[in-house]
Amino acid sequence: MAAAAAAISPVPKDDLERIAKISATIRVIPDFPKPGIMFQDITTLLLDPVAFKDTIDLFVERYKHMNISVVAGVEARGFIFGPPIALAIGAKFVPIRKPKKLPGEVISEEYSLEYGTDKMEMHVGAVQPGDRALVVDDLIATGGTLCAAMKLLERVEAHVVECACVIELAELKGRDRLGEKPLFVLVSST
Amino acid sequence: MSACHSDDPRIHAIKSKIRVVPNFPKPGIMFQDVTTLLLDPKAFKDTMDLFVERYKNKNISVVAGIEARGFIFGPPIALAIGAKFVPLRKPRKLPGEVISEEYTLEYGRDCLEMHIGAVEPNERALVVDDLIATGGTLCAAISLLERAGAEVVECACLIELPDLKGRERLKGKPLYVLVESH
Repeated sequence: MAAAAAAISPVPKDDLERIAKISATIRVIPDFPKPGIMFQDITTLLLDPVAFKDTIDLFVERYKHMNISVVAGVEARGFIFGPPIALAIGAKFVPIRKPKKLPGEVISEEYSLEYGTDKMEMHVGAVQPGDRALVVDDLIATGGTLCAAMKLLERVEAHVVECACVIELAELKGRDRLGEKPLFVLVSST
Repeated sequence: MSACHSDDPRIHAIKSKIRVVPNFPKPGIMFQDVTTLLLDPKAFKDTMDLFVERYKNKNISVVAGIEARGFIFGPPIALAIGAKFVPLRKPRKLPGEVISEEYTLEYGRDCLEMHIGAVEPNERALVVDDLIATGGTLCAAISLLERAGAEVVECACLIELPDLKGRERLKGKPLYVLVESH
């Protein structure tokens, strides 16, 4: 698994060391959730307090001076990585959830799956026009979920600054599906 | 133990940030919505600080968070105290080998799962969720950790609904909450 951090600037050696250690903690589970899929399991990363802290630190170092006012985390593994980033940079945390989980008024965005569609929801009033947003999930595959999350934020006139994931499955080209929105990942898996 | 009986000024602000949504998920239920707390960075930070202050010197090696709102509050505690974070999930979400614990709902049954190998015997564990109602889910979480040989030191929630007596269903384990809602 190759290390791939910021797209443009060279990565400091310390960052590469941390990323290599983080990458080594991620476990690949074959044939989950169905045959042929090599599942990238981050739960083993969470069992290593140093690797988990380094993961959060790498994101926080990148975003702390970008005036991010909201971190949106995609259910459920985005709930693990998003809040620590939000806390460290002083931003709001907004959960983006599967249908019917959020109480009260929501807006919904439909997105395509391999077979059929699904929906993501966000609370009305959680995000204000002009908020600068970061979208966080553990992994980007096709980019469908992240795209839906971005659309929810843009519909309430937030500015999505970047999407951040621990892992990218590069051959699924999710990065292209985000259009001109930048994507930052720690580990790229081919 | 409820922190809301203490004089800590942070508690009152935290309580005021929790939104009650009537008739969710069904008529008659007053839903305690913590998402409004997460929109206030100071209140969210104070919430985490209150837990971290309590647990940082208790030699906790694992924080187990219950899907999904336990995933929001558990990891920041784990990170601050240098513990592992272990997600406890609904069925078929965790890849690889798991152990399952069934528990009763108002109507029917549900199941909570934990990875085999995530927790070692004699580890000291904290269980975290946003709210305790009947205690069924937390009880299942305690069972999973004990089956793996861990010692559950305490359960920690932001909110308790004391009228539902969940505190009595925790297999004798202590419960710490920040606020109560009657």
